Amino acid sequence: MPRYLLIESRDPFDSNDTRFCCDLAQQLAAAKNEVILFLVQNGVLPVRPGARSGDLTTLAGVRVLADSFSLKERGIDENRLASGVAAAPLDVVLDALAEGAKVIWH
Amino acid sequence: MADKKTITIAIMDAPYENARSTTALRLIDLAAKRGYNINVFAYEGAVLQPFAAQTPHANTVHGRSVEEENHFIPKDAIAALMREAERNGGKIDWVNCGLCVDERGAANAIPGVRRGSPADFWQMSEASDNTLVIATR
Repeated sequence: MPRYLLIESRDPFDSNDTRFCCDLAQQLAAAKNEVILFLVQNGVLPVRPGARSGDLTTLAGVRVLADSFSLKERGIDENRLASGVAAAPLDVVLDALAEGAKVIWH
Repeated sequence: MADKKTITIAIMDAPYENARSTTALRLIDLAAKRGYNINVFAYEGAVLQPFAAQTPHANTVHGRSVEEENHFIPKDAIAALMREAERNGGKIDWVNCGLCVDERGAANAIPGVRRGSPADFWQMSEASDNTLVIATR
């Protein structure tokens, strides 16, 4: 099964195109691909429950991860993330690259 | 190393301007710790990341000396990453886009940085296990 890792670095409160990654992730998952959406930098801001997290929590078949370092930098508690979102180290990106996944930065 | 990998990363951001630079250096650091070979293609403002003339400064507003300020200097971080990669059996091949260097007068880069062109990026990508392009928006 083809693997994709989409990296969202943009803040949905600052950029009007962050739906791109969610939409692409959803479409890739629907097409039977293994998909991870990895949030980094200000891209982690919507993982707070209620803070525009709806786009993330409604993704079906997509693993949503948030960079632990980015969370810590912004004072976001790893134990209080929106439903379906988990904290993970940046190693996830390097693992995906090493394993030949298609990795796309946004 | 049986699982030694070669990863190519393209970056475009000038130093001190965007968190993308920090994330790129964090990724390179992780790869260096794993002993991977890492190709970096620096394009546009990113050619200033390893600019050798970067100098730490004091902070007179807050009354801190150069040592107390301990300002982050990207070229020192990159040199440290190159040493880290070598310690772990890997290598960082850092290529600065030549035209971007000329436009910015950024030829004075730290040792280990070489001049190249987008053709080098294509060749590095072809020879790599995978490639990540960290584009400026």
